[in-house]
Amino acid sequence: MKIVAVTSCPTGIAHTYMAAEALEKAAKAAGHDIVVETQGSAGAEVAPAESIRGADVLILAADAAVRDVERFAHLPRVEVKVAEAINRASEVIARAEEAARARPAAAAAPAAGAATAAATPRDPAGDAPATSTKGGTVRRWLMTGVSYMIPFVAAGGILIALAFAIGGAVEVTEVSVFDEFSIGALLLEIGGTAFSMLVPILAGFIAYAMADRPGIAPGIVGGLLAVHDAIGAGFLGGIAAGLIAGGTVLLLKKIRVPASLRGIMPVLVYPLVATFVVGALMILVVGQPIAAFTAALTSALEGMQGTNAILLGALLGLMMAFDMGGPVNKVAYTFGLAALAAGQFAPMGAVMAAGMTPPLGLALATALARRQYTVPEREAGKAAWLMGASFITEGAIPFAAADPVRVIPSIMAGSAVAGGLSMAFNATLQAPHGGIFVIGLVGNWPLYLLAIAIGSVVTAVLVNILKRVGANTADVVAETPQKEAVHA
Amino acid sequence: MTLSIDDITSESLVTLDLDSADRWAAIDELARLLEVDGRVTDRSAFVQAVRAREETGPTGMEMGIAIPHGKSSGVARPSVAFGRSPDGVDFGSADGTPADLVFLIAAPEGESDLHITLLSRLARKLVHDEFRDALRTAATPADVIDILRKEVTL
Repeated sequence: MKIVAVTSCPTGIAHTYMAAEALEKAAKAAGHDIVVETQGSAGAEVAPAESIRGADVLILAADAAVRDVERFAHLPRVEVKVAEAINRASEVIARAEEAARARPAAAAAPAAGAATAAATPRDPAGDAPATSTKGGTVRRWLMTGVSYMIPFVAAGGILIALAFAIGGAVEVTEVSVFDEFSIGALLLEIGGTAFSMLVPILAGFIAYAMADRPGIAPGIVGGLLAVHDAIGAGFLGGIAAGLIAGGTVLLLKKIRVPASLRGIMPVLVYPLVATFVVGALMILVVGQPIAAFTAALTSALEGMQGTNAILLGALLGLMMAFDMGGPVNKVAYTFGLAALAAGQFAPMGAVMAAGMTPPLGLALATALARRQYTVPEREAGKAAWLMGASFITEGAIPFAAADPVRVIPSIMAGSAVAGGLSMAFNATLQAPHGGIFVIGLVGNWPLYLLAIAIGSVVTAVLVNILKRVGANTADVVAETPQKEAVHA
Repeated sequence: MTLSIDDITSESLVTLDLDSADRWAAIDELARLLEVDGRVTDRSAFVQAVRAREETGPTGMEMGIAIPHGKSSGVARPSVAFGRSPDGVDFGSADGTPADLVFLIAAPEGESDLHITLLSRLARKLVHDEFRDALRTAATPADVIDILRKEVTL
């Protein structure tokens, strides 16, 4: 593969060149050709036009604006921070391989145009790929948030699964470790605390990817509000909070301030204003509609009772997978609980099957097509086996947050199949949670497991197909699936 | 004219026991060496430029190195000071690895020249494990200069 890269940092003395060297070293180790243009102080080493024309992929490792970026408009691109290129060059190269596979370079700009591009930075081919660039940027923001969130998912999820295994899935939730000590309750408390940070960390580091350190505080606060009991917007709310926080800081950074004030802007003014803005939006704008929406959804679901059981199971499945801990998921889960309390055990069975399928399906997907996933995603995939088996649906959030447009429909489909089949097989569950650890409380368990297995395979196959076909159109954020769920 | 590392640094700009515990103190400690040597004429202006650069994004990398740097009219000629810290100094690397190898680069305002190119060669070298290991095991400042003289050339 032929790679062309541009490195650029604010002063252009040190890191521009470290990143260039690191990328050259990693590319050679992976057997690729690379030409790096260093846009630094020590005289830009400009990439020759013919290298640009013949390249398969562009890597932009830049913390400063890249000059004459139009020259590269025909190439699929990977954008990273300079520090990432230095610290994790081989990962960046792997991402470039992925990008090149996903979208082959367009026919290069006309030779004459390319040759003069450096002198006249106007390239007619610059228009079309602009959208994919924007999509790549949003994906990079989401990926950054996800990469910081994964350790919380893994640590929390595994601790909770251990708590279920050691203390009994139902028993362990009944007594808090602060009231009566047991190993299970201890593990559950710690794991639960780690889990409570998922969305805040996701939101905080999406904002960080967008706006650097001043984004972290508004992002985390927005994320905390997204999962606040009174708002309950789940991880999709967290993504929104992160994007709003980062966007607000980016806007604030555009305001020119006198030099004497510049020092306090990033530590005081940006976080202060952006935290207020994102917090007010979450409380005043996001919270109300969600509450109304949840109420409407609940009554719709109640209206379905006693009609078609398989359809109800499939619908519960769609809802469980849609936002994993968000408002839609909660309505489905609460519906299952209410049915359980009323002595109807089938809906809870469908709910749990549909909640186990997303992590299991994605774990299977990463095992089946390793190369379509990044290294952190593969690691998250390993932990997702255990989380899926334990009915910890959150194990799927890292995947969904990184690529909502492809992942959410896939897990919704798999969960709908699992939920529908569970109802069709007349499987029942007499516990509110626990996954594989409460299999003794499942009626008709062999077919129940079959329903989960089929649902997982559906998710895995679907997501891997979507990852392949639409590889460069992950641009629209979480809008599309949201609409689907309303219709459902 | 051929430049060598001796044009941008010297034994007196190398310390193998950097005392400072945080990055601002470490920057100050190394800036003093540059000032004493006459390479930096206005230390506070230079340090301010370095700080401003740190604010835009920390210069510590995960491999235990940091290259704080600044461009300022308080710099007389392009230079680099090197400090090795026994305990490491937090330079804000992404994974929290403290930097035990700290290079403070001073560049004058204005057009850049071959000195800057030489400094960029030094930055490139730091990506290589063998180079860092050699700096970590150097016994004296003179050894450090020897390593730089051999490895960092135009």
